[in-house]
Amino acid sequence: MPVPTDPSQELAEYSHPDRLVSVPWLAANLSTPGLVVVESNEDILLYDTGHIPGAIKIDWHTELNDPVVRDYVDGDGFAALMSAKGISRDDTVVIYGDKSNWWASYALWVFTLFGHPDVRLLNGGRDAWIASGGELTREVPDLSPSNYPVIARNDGDIRAFKEDVLGHLGKPLIDVRSPEEYSGERTHMPAYPEEGALRGGHIPTARSIPWARAAREDGTFKSASELRELYVDQQGFDPEAEVITYCRIGERSSHTWFVMKYLLGFDSVKNYDGSWTEWGSAVRVPIQTGTEPGEAP
Amino acid sequence: MSATSTLGSIREDFLALEVPDRLQLLLEFSDSLPDVPEGAVPEDHWERVEECQSPVFISVVRESDDIVVRATAPAEAPTTRGFASILVHGLRGLTAQEILDVPPDFPLSLGLQNAVSMLRLRGMSGMLWRIKRHVEELVA
Repeated sequence: MPVPTDPSQELAEYSHPDRLVSVPWLAANLSTPGLVVVESNEDILLYDTGHIPGAIKIDWHTELNDPVVRDYVDGDGFAALMSAKGISRDDTVVIYGDKSNWWASYALWVFTLFGHPDVRLLNGGRDAWIASGGELTREVPDLSPSNYPVIARNDGDIRAFKEDVLGHLGKPLIDVRSPEEYSGERTHMPAYPEEGALRGGHIPTARSIPWARAAREDGTFKSASELRELYVDQQGFDPEAEVITYCRIGERSSHTWFVMKYLLGFDSVKNYDGSWTEWGSAVRVPIQTGTEPGEAP
Repeated sequence: MSATSTLGSIREDFLALEVPDRLQLLLEFSDSLPDVPEGAVPEDHWERVEECQSPVFISVVRESDDIVVRATAPAEAPTTRGFASILVHGLRGLTAQEILDVPPDFPLSLGLQNAVSMLRLRGMSGMLWRIKRHVEELVA
């Protein structure tokens, strides 16, 4: 039995308001049966310093990724992880995290690869919860293992590989990294370690829309009309067109993927998780430097 | 116990634990990173550790005969705080030469690769490398 959606007016204008919950709604629903709260952060210990009461931790790197191959866990691995965390297939999962939900969006995207039926984001994430005076605890909940079914991962609908991007050039492509990474001045975020790709620049034809333009200062998403102006009016993206987003490793672009798919209702949005760490090191793929998108080869 | 063995016993403490408990020990280090009193280090003496994703700063000075290592890192970056705290506690009381002799791969010897990932351990290696560089300058 799915948990009712958050009826708040602030969410009503988004295309899929059922994918988002507000801080007051979560505070009021923490003990609702069938609701599981998951925290997913960049820093693996942040949850342990204090989290929303009852929330469980899922780490993007050590739990959602395969430990050997650069890929996500498979159906068996996801079922084992969910079962160990006590999450059932019919649970409503609300994910939140640090940095305006970067890693929470990424975790939600991975849950979506396995078609988890009801997975939502907490609008504003960890910072919004704290800013509202929400309680934090170090008490880790007792987990009773569940029996999550093995579901084959579906990479076809929301995930793009390098070959897909090569075949997509000329159709809408969004680079959500910083302007310095887009132009090729650097291969990583400002103030982040210089690592990860051998060449700088962007995929030809990609438009630069840094992920943070979709978020407010407090970490919550901008309103539907502001988002529509940014992606549809200014950039001219057609909600019926196929869109691919990318960043450095696919986490910031999960944030934009969420915005386009669920807040603006684009039909087909894929996240290229190989992103610049793959493209910028691949042999003989086209690269454009500078501030212009460039032409498809 | 001699000062030089502090890092060694920290390593033994980590390796004696199961992987999930190693994270809890790292959290304890994070919680116990000593606060640096305001003004104790002049603003321009702090060096940003570029290898870390979060804003971490170190300061290495000689106070009488001792090398004193200080570090700051935000509460929102507990993993990095934990790494900084291990080094601040572990290097305390060591001579310049003893600090220079710490193996550069010490961060990799704590058994944290599977718990926090290699990616995150790079920051700690960067911190140690920068501390050693400062020590070399101080004794040059």
